[in-house]
Amino acid sequence: MNSADEPTAAALTGGWHRLHPLSPLVRAGRHLVLVAAVVLSGAVTRQQDGGGQGGYWELAVVAVVVVIGVVSWLVTRWQVDNGTLRIETGLLRRSSQRYPLTQIQAIDLVESGLARLLGLAELHLRMAASGGATGRLACLRKADAEVLRARLLALAHGVAEDSPPPPERLLVALSTRRLVGSMLLSSQSVVTMVATVAFAVVAVMIPAAVGALGGAAGLVIGMLTAAWRRFNSGFELTVSVAADGIHLRSGAIQTAAETIPFGRVQAVQLVEPLLWRPLRWCRLEVEVAGRQARNENRPEGRQLRAILPVGDHDQAAYLLSQLIPGAPTADRRAPARARWKAPLRYHYLAWGGNDSCVVTASGRVRRVTRWVPLEKVQSVRRVQGPVQRMLGLATIHLDTAGRRIQAELTDRNVDEVDRQLAVLPGQCRAARRSQRPPRALHGR
Amino acid sequence: MNDSQDWTTPSTRLLAMRRTQLTLIAIPAITAVGLLGGIMGSAELGGLLALGVMAVALAWERLLYRRVRAWAYAERDDDLLVRRGVMIRKISVVPYGRMQFVDVTAGPFERMFGLATVRMHTAAAASDARIPGLVAAEAARLRDALAALGEAQAAGL
Repeated sequence: MNSADEPTAAALTGGWHRLHPLSPLVRAGRHLVLVAAVVLSGAVTRQQDGGGQGGYWELAVVAVVVVIGVVSWLVTRWQVDNGTLRIETGLLRRSSQRYPLTQIQAIDLVESGLARLLGLAELHLRMAASGGATGRLACLRKADAEVLRARLLALAHGVAEDSPPPPERLLVALSTRRLVGSMLLSSQSVVTMVATVAFAVVAVMIPAAVGALGGAAGLVIGMLTAAWRRFNSGFELTVSVAADGIHLRSGAIQTAAETIPFGRVQAVQLVEPLLWRPLRWCRLEVEVAGRQARNENRPEGRQLRAILPVGDHDQAAYLLSQLIPGAPTADRRAPARARWKAPLRYHYLAWGGNDSCVVTASGRVRRVTRWVPLEKVQSVRRVQGPVQRMLGLATIHLDTAGRRIQAELTDRNVDEVDRQLAVLPGQCRAARRSQRPPRALHGR
Repeated sequence: MNDSQDWTTPSTRLLAMRRTQLTLIAIPAITAVGLLGGIMGSAELGGLLALGVMAVALAWERLLYRRVRAWAYAERDDDLLVRRGVMIRKISVVPYGRMQFVDVTAGPFERMFGLATVRMHTAAAASDARIPGLVAAEAARLRDALAALGEAQAAGL
């Protein structure tokens, strides 16, 4: 068995591999701080007690943490074989996971602060399973992880696995100034400011209540953490495109490099919040099947991946043209009587489409435009509520994988809806056939 | 998507099952409300309350009737059509190639009436292709047919 101490060749050879010996340290990262605090506080208490014994339990805690980490490292091994990544782990509950590489939705390379200090990186394989199953290799040497990622992507695309990583072309780089500006102009920051002012006013008016405000500290810390995560995930973000997909790199302390293979984007969404509209800023998000792992080293939870956290319309249009060539514009307005049912939304309510993609626009405060490639549509639904029936309107939903984005052709004429419902499934089928190479070509 | 489509409707036993369920809830409810009214107030009050609950149950029965009638499905060449709903009318078009798996479930009531529910799942959480009240044999046939068609037309994500 090769140990990960060997040079990067370890990531390219077959057979079973261990993770990096220092990975227990990185994985325990957060607990490590806790342990250090326990040990320190114990030491301080002992000093005050005049060096008495009874401080051994801290050592025991440290020992237990270390032993658990080392054992979990010892029993974990991985292998790339026959187009699958296999990970075996667990001492008591042995588990053997197989990840067919042709099914990869995206690959992330994540380095937490501690991992960066040690030159390590984690590799996350996002799969489409509804449980959000993610293959995690934590941790590998950074050089190894990069080589392995290129190799897995090559395997996923069915090209020779030792082909060099394809050249990249930089599309967009996000400036820190604009990122900070966008965060200040977000609804979260407005809420935070209002709350802060309210707390300050209360504290001045009723000094006795200051103690009770202590409870608000937790809230403030939570908001700051969320803000920090958003900042970190957008810091020095670069978006570039290569033959194997779109590459995103970002991060101040914890850095992440994500690769979204082409053809894995289920839907694209352009968001224009009210506060950004005077500056003509917008945000472009993509939906990829398979959730990002929600563990301690992965800040973003369930929201969509913003490939452009903030940018102007030219940048967004450029990125969109890379993701969906020839994306249509939403130019078919809803009929005027839809105003009775959706008085606010009516303002932007529209849809458009060609034979490969459908776009819908909606929202008043927060204008949202969604593009769904027809070959990604899972099912088509026609829904008509009682108010819509009275007005002679109906809605068509185009469902995509996952639960976050679905395009809705809201409040259209009934005849138009019936016509589209008859036509769209056929268009989706045609788009699927033309876009998708036969299975035999696609992988092994 | 009009009525020129060849719609197949669930078994008529589905209505019988829904009526049984309603009766099993309505009779104790009517009795309890009637008795309660009779004890707390007068016999007339109890009778009135019981009549009121009965009226609600009868109205509910009409709604159930219409809802059962509204369910229908059609197997087309490339997709499955499911129609449902009285107040909110829905038609789902689910291509066979998008199917991830089919499941057939039968709760205690459904088993009593020899019925089953077939549900076709896609990768989208919002897809809604559920057909209740199929005779067990028809449910098994539909399940196998869907699975075979799904296999033949499978498309990746």
